[in-house]
Amino acid sequence: MKYRLNISCQTSALSELRAFLQQSLGGATLDEIEKHQVTLAVEEVCANLIIHSHRCNPQDVIHLEIIDSDEKLIFEITDQGEAFNILDYEVPDLKKVMVEKRKGGLGIILVKKIMDEIEFESKNGVNTCRLIKWFRS
Amino acid sequence: MLRLEKTKENQSDILSLFGEVDASNSVILDEAIQELVASGTKSLVIDGKNLEYISSAGLGVFMSYLEDFQDQEISMKICELTPRVFEVFRILGLDQLIPIYPDRAAAFAE
Repeated sequence: MKYRLNISCQTSALSELRAFLQQSLGGATLDEIEKHQVTLAVEEVCANLIIHSHRCNPQDVIHLEIIDSDEKLIFEITDQGEAFNILDYEVPDLKKVMVEKRKGGLGIILVKKIMDEIEFESKNGVNTCRLIKWFRS
Repeated sequence: MLRLEKTKENQSDILSLFGEVDASNSVILDEAIQELVASGTKSLVIDGKNLEYISSAGLGVFMSYLEDFQDQEISMKICELTPRVFEVFRILGLDQLIPIYPDRAAAFAE
């Protein structure tokens, strides 16, 4: 099964994204806590792109495709903004975030802890971030 | 949607959160805490009973106060998080930095 959503690059679109994810994940083999976490991880990546790569320009669009198979969920997030390779981003130490009073960086920690696999590629101006969650057997 | 409610109980300022905190509205949470600090609070209890969702934008707000609160001897506790919201605090390790209690009574007791 595949689900698709185009997200306008404004933070007010995040609640619509959550509603879409909740609906699309309805039949997935994940418990409620896992569905909540996966929703959070996808939102963190999208919020990052909206704020940092697209500077909240509502004319810009992020494309999300969810591929739901028997064994895993794949969230493919594509955009044409400034490339942000989450894999290059070092996970900050929580205490460092506290001392530096940084409000960013926490999202990356969450995505890396929640998702089983993360892939990133940038080709011909199109960036693709793939988040993969395996179903536990 | 996020709604906040400020009350006083047991010599503490209670900030109750209703709904969802994300990057679109975390500034509201930040401002509410700033106001409580400006009003001289020494004991702040965040009631998460009706908090359905919080992303890193909201968690970052709590994080940003931790050091200042330590210096100013302001106590911040969180209570009554739903299991799924608590799990997000736990994944991040925030439950080790901010005391989290099952309910208000437990928060007041310590």
